[in-house]
Amino acid sequence: MPAERARVPDDAAVVIRGLNKTYASGFRALHAVDLDIRRGEIFALLGPNGAGKTTLISIVCGIVHPTAGEVRVNGWDIRRDWRRTRALIGLVPQELTSDAFETVWNTVSFSRGLFGKAPDPAHIERVLRDLTLWDKRDSQMKALSGGMKRRVLIAKALAHEPEVLFLDEPTAGVDVELRREMWALVHALRHQGVTVILTTHYIEEAEEMADRVAVINNGEIVVVDDKRALMEQLGRKQLTLHLQTPLAHIPEALSRHELALDDDGHTLVYTFATRDERTGVTTLLHDLAAADIHFRDLDTRQSTLEDIFVDLVRDAR
Amino acid sequence: MNLHAVRAIFMFEMARTFRTLTQSILAPVVTTSLYFVVFGAAIGARITEMDGVSYGAFIVPGLIMLLVLTQSVSNASFGIYMPKFVGTIYEVLSAPVSYLEVVMGYVGAAAAKSVMLGLIALATASLFVPLEIAHPLWMLLFLVLTAVTFSLIGFIIGIWADDFERLGLVPLLVITPLAFLGGTFYTIDMLPPAWQTISMFNPVLYLISGFRWSFYESGDVSVAASLAVVASFLAFALALVWLIFRTGWRLRD
Repeated sequence: MPAERARVPDDAAVVIRGLNKTYASGFRALHAVDLDIRRGEIFALLGPNGAGKTTLISIVCGIVHPTAGEVRVNGWDIRRDWRRTRALIGLVPQELTSDAFETVWNTVSFSRGLFGKAPDPAHIERVLRDLTLWDKRDSQMKALSGGMKRRVLIAKALAHEPEVLFLDEPTAGVDVELRREMWALVHALRHQGVTVILTTHYIEEAEEMADRVAVINNGEIVVVDDKRALMEQLGRKQLTLHLQTPLAHIPEALSRHELALDDDGHTLVYTFATRDERTGVTTLLHDLAAADIHFRDLDTRQSTLEDIFVDLVRDAR
Repeated sequence: MNLHAVRAIFMFEMARTFRTLTQSILAPVVTTSLYFVVFGAAIGARITEMDGVSYGAFIVPGLIMLLVLTQSVSNASFGIYMPKFVGTIYEVLSAPVSYLEVVMGYVGAAAAKSVMLGLIALATASLFVPLEIAHPLWMLLFLVLTAVTFSLIGFIIGIWADDFERLGLVPLLVITPLAFLGGTFYTIDMLPPAWQTISMFNPVLYLISGFRWSFYESGDVSVAASLAVVASFLAFALALVWLIFRTGWRLRD
């Protein structure tokens, strides 16, 4: 069948429609997944273990056959135009897999050739230098630390100059310093025009890096949105009042507010939605004064992406 | 055709061979030399000529075939099993390479190693016994066809195997016995009639016979029959590999 490039939005890097995957064991890993990933964005796919993140990535990369549905990369169908789509994609797997006795240089060069690119020592050198692997180019993989091996996997994925990069749990098991270096690298790649799709357990990572976030649970996409919009829409804020005199219960005069007593009655916690125009804080403070309840200190806390994620996954169960 | 990928896989596999020269090349050559010493020089000296050549010279084609068969299967099965075992197979499966290109890379490298070993064994044999090759081109053709065919079979075993025990099972329990019973050390007319009939179902007999014919112009079966069996075996192995990649069996769940 001749290759046919579908009309998809100009800024669409990956378009997924009605994707289903049921394994031979009968386990349904993905169900009716629809997803659009824009060119040049950093997209985070969040989900608990077994949610279907790796299956989704594996299908787009051609490692796993879908049961039904359609996936397009830069408009090309992953099954019909598999050579084109695979050449566009780089994948950094979750597991630290490597040929123990191969050198860093050889294994990265191998990846470039495998993806159909002519040898280009200058490009390999650039990638290795960017990932601070240049000094290790002649080292065997077995001699590298876990963090270094992770860098090599990234170098292998970048060896053929992909336009779309999948990072499956890229910073699992790496130290804080390396994690921050990798975040910087991902931002640098985005500036070069690479679309980055990452799965992560570290919500902080998605909060730090992603432009948009999707939450997947039990093989279904629960929500997809701009990270800031998601946090504004679903985020909540808590006002904590440290009371001068502890309360045994919440007085009747304050019953119209969403309050909770904590710390043996020493703190009063007020929760409100950040998206609401009227948060009710002024009224609460007024009612507290009227009820002769005084506080010695107060603080506020914005819910994190992690809180939102936990709520979404819990609600989906 | 993604020739860069074929080259990358081929060179990667060959690099492994040259990194482990002792295991990959020296060990099989020493083992084969021991056969020449024991069967060719020690025992062979007490055996009269077979098919018009000395016993030492008679066993050379069979021993080379034995080496090529076992090494082809073992090299190719190991070549594809290791990426599965350590997990690096994800890269091959996600790369823009067709099954044909993957096979060309892995099987090509395994077959190239086996042919190289076969020629080294031939050179080694010439140190022990005087050798003449009546049809050098036919000899090379049989050597290459056998190496490719059995590398394909090794490739299939490597995909099928999910542990090291299975990886060694077929070479040890099937390939080696077939090679030993395929006329490496004897001609089948030395066997009782019933065993002669059974031997005719052993495909390795045809390979060794054809290969021996290219040396001494004599064999257990006609050279045409040998070629037909090798070609059929090759077609069967190719069809099986094609089916594996088409269905994703053991590779893509």
